[in-house]
Amino acid sequence: MSDLVQWSGNLLYTSFILYLIATLLFGGAILPKKNGQKQGVNRWGKLGITITVLGFIAQLGYFFTRWAAAGHAPVSNLFEFITFFSMMLVGAFIIIYFLYKLPVLGVFALPVALVTIAYASMFPREVSPLIPALQSHWLSIHVTTVAAGEGILAISFIAGLIYLVKTIDQSKKSKQTFWLEAIMYGLIAVIGFVVITTSFRLAGYEAEFNYVNKEGQAASETFTLPAIVGPNEGELLTENRFEPIAEMPAFINAKKLNTVIWSLATGFVLYWLIRLLSRKRVGALVQPLVKNVNKDLMDEVSYRAVLIGFPVFTLGGLIFAMIWAQIAWTRFWGWDPKEVWALITWLFYAAFLHLRLSRGWHGEKSAWLAVVGFVIIMFNLVAVNLVIAGLHSYA
Amino acid sequence: MGKVKCECGHVNPHGTVLCESCGRALTEEAKKEKFHDMRYEGSARRSQTYNKTIVDKVWNFFSSVKVGVWLIVLTLIASSLGTIFPQEFYIPNNVTADTYYEDTYGIAGKIYYMLGFHDLYNSIWFIALVASIGVSLVICSLDRVIPLHRALKNQRVARHTTFMKKQRLFASREGTIEPQEIGKVKESLKESRYHIREEDGSLLAEKGRFSRWGPYVNHIGLIIFLIGAMLRSVEGMYVDELLWIREGETLEIPGTDGEYYLKNEQFIMENYDKEKDSEVFSEAIEENGVIAKNYQTDAILYRDENRDLPGAEPELVEVKKEDIRVNEPMKFDQFALYQNGFSQNEMKAMEFMLTNKETQEAVGAVKIDLFNPKDVYDLGNGYKVELLGYYPDYDGIGKDGEPKTKSPVPNNPAFLFNLVSPEHPDGEVAFTAIRQTMEPMGETDYKMEFSNIETRDISALTVRKDLTLWILALGGTIFMIGVIQGSFWAHRRLWIRQVDGKVYVAAHTNKNWHGLQRELDSIIEHTSIPSPEDQQASEQSGKEKN
Repeated sequence: MSDLVQWSGNLLYTSFILYLIATLLFGGAILPKKNGQKQGVNRWGKLGITITVLGFIAQLGYFFTRWAAAGHAPVSNLFEFITFFSMMLVGAFIIIYFLYKLPVLGVFALPVALVTIAYASMFPREVSPLIPALQSHWLSIHVTTVAAGEGILAISFIAGLIYLVKTIDQSKKSKQTFWLEAIMYGLIAVIGFVVITTSFRLAGYEAEFNYVNKEGQAASETFTLPAIVGPNEGELLTENRFEPIAEMPAFINAKKLNTVIWSLATGFVLYWLIRLLSRKRVGALVQPLVKNVNKDLMDEVSYRAVLIGFPVFTLGGLIFAMIWAQIAWTRFWGWDPKEVWALITWLFYAAFLHLRLSRGWHGEKSAWLAVVGFVIIMFNLVAVNLVIAGLHSYA
Repeated sequence: MGKVKCECGHVNPHGTVLCESCGRALTEEAKKEKFHDMRYEGSARRSQTYNKTIVDKVWNFFSSVKVGVWLIVLTLIASSLGTIFPQEFYIPNNVTADTYYEDTYGIAGKIYYMLGFHDLYNSIWFIALVASIGVSLVICSLDRVIPLHRALKNQRVARHTTFMKKQRLFASREGTIEPQEIGKVKESLKESRYHIREEDGSLLAEKGRFSRWGPYVNHIGLIIFLIGAMLRSVEGMYVDELLWIREGETLEIPGTDGEYYLKNEQFIMENYDKEKDSEVFSEAIEENGVIAKNYQTDAILYRDENRDLPGAEPELVEVKKEDIRVNEPMKFDQFALYQNGFSQNEMKAMEFMLTNKETQEAVGAVKIDLFNPKDVYDLGNGYKVELLGYYPDYDGIGKDGEPKTKSPVPNNPAFLFNLVSPEHPDGEVAFTAIRQTMEPMGETDYKMEFSNIETRDISALTVRKDLTLWILALGGTIFMIGVIQGSFWAHRRLWIRQVDGKVYVAAHTNKNWHGLQRELDSIIEHTSIPSPEDQQASEQSGKEKN
């Protein structure tokens, strides 16, 4: 491992820690004021944004040093892409912050960025050389634009989430509280994934299986989490390891499914721990944070982020994507799952804009749409890469 | 059709809601509403005006944004269904769809196949759905853009007070405004890039009107794109061929009508090497094993100069020599050749030694070109090998006792030899396949001993011509311009009016109300002009308190 790669890694750690500090500072900035002054930017807020910008610079440092070490833009596998996405999320937050000066956005956006970086670091981090299909400068152009668009759209999700936390009545149980809890659980499940993966990695857990793959051939796979579900006709080779409870058919990747089950289960435990300890819904627990939020302004921020993010996403995720696909894969469109999900994302935000512009879906409806849009983006980023394998599954 | 004349004297088209000129409400509903619906300036939209004939009904159906959104949502859901299992064109070549889905995915796969989802994006209903979006795009846009353009062109500076009162941002007070204050405000408005029009004491400041055309511009772009995509099925616009070409071969390039030929000089496949490539990759190479680095065909492009002479042999003239790689297609005329795939080590020739079994003495070597075998190989001195049968893709012995071949491709060559030697002038019959020898007519004294094999690689190149690309590029560009125009700018207007000893101020924007309010606050600050308040927000917070 060269020094440059080492440096690059350290810069990423630095940015992670700076974002963590900035989150706390923004938390300080939104504490209720004693003298009842209007919510604005105070010392805490200024400090918070300064640290955020420093963190962003550190992360840029990570990006460019890694670029220099590898000789290509570090956006060629899941770790690199998700890390870059988190950087674009922070970048979009910084822009929106300077437009609207809202510290509360930082209280929600930065933790999402932190979880994203942690999530990214669970994937293989070594610097890989590029396979022939990726050897093009369109790699950096297409992927960075997509990530930028998605980062900006993520801010729309965050503003929408704040809107929902603020406006949903937590005094009684309703459909809204249920779905808000579902989002919270989703975020916690990502933390669950990081916790459980790291724990078993530190414990050095490995269980090797021989199994029969989709093509009917013998293959082997090493599980790094105890196999709740095992591979097709799997045979456990390592001693003193957990025997799978259920066996999966050949077309399901049992290792990935197993990780998903573990993450959801850990998330479930964490979620209920929080609820039992606080005796509140998670939505109700974070509600005090948004007490001073102007919900109309939050609605506007969410919409504004879609207005900025949608053209960027279209450019990167469809137009640049088509140009490169024409060069690398001989056709600009081939109904590959990743392409289809980019189209779905685009159609969804197009529907969002039409509902908002012409059908007057403002406020809560618009906030829910922003949340669903982000869920689709995450689905495309995670599930399509990991579950529905297509041409994009080189991560 | 009856025009509507407003009290202000302006003649509006039939169906107008708010007078194009002064903004007065012309319908009973509009007079009653608390806030005017400003989305299309209260202009006369065909869909809101006529509903008698079939044409009207079709027009009204497709002009509805509600219908448009439904079409988008249905397309979105339909598209997602196609990603549950791989589409037919991504399943392996050696299986058929009717068995593949059930074999691989069980009952769910069978249902998927039966519903036709394995080829969803080419299904008639999916194409019809996309086409309806296209129709909706055209009709929605026409229904709105023409009256909207009229209304914005005809708008007067002095709007009627009822119009101003029913704007979301509004304020009024008794009294008048000093002329120098108006002058000051005008200065700041100009600084913020507003265009200002004045008419007897009234003022209209406007900016970013062009952003209102953004949606229509981007819809035009989309229509052009869809037309481009449709043109692909027109004969001659689109070529999609695959050329399998062996090393050393020169073949006609399909789709070029015999005009172009290609020679494959050699095919190269490289993997990353821990020793030779950058040290930072060594960990990844160790983890993953083999990582491909390059797929390349060194090719020469020829043009047939005799192609217009019927019956003449092709006369090939070299056009260019180029290395075709992934991401680096060879381009010529309107064609492009892409490195698409390869097959390595196809057998080209086999070499055998005619050997005396007893003495182990080799009499001579026979090299058989697997694509063009000879009937007889004469080794001299009375030694001769006759090829009685050649089975390039040997597949066992058939019921009739004859060896069978699956295909003419030498995947598993087998030979029926007659070995002639001075001892056996009539020859001995031997059957030789890979790792297998048979002597059907009894034991022989001589045998064909395998000694060497020559192989070569085959490169698969996609031949592509797509004359629709420029249309798609044009559509995409127009779409991007429109979407940026509509998203990054807002149409903002401020009206100031003094009537009967009262000052009225109203403002409108098509988005970012907070942004407009902040801008106006800073412009109107320190003047006696009242700053417009958000009537909708104050109403809502009033409700919340109750």
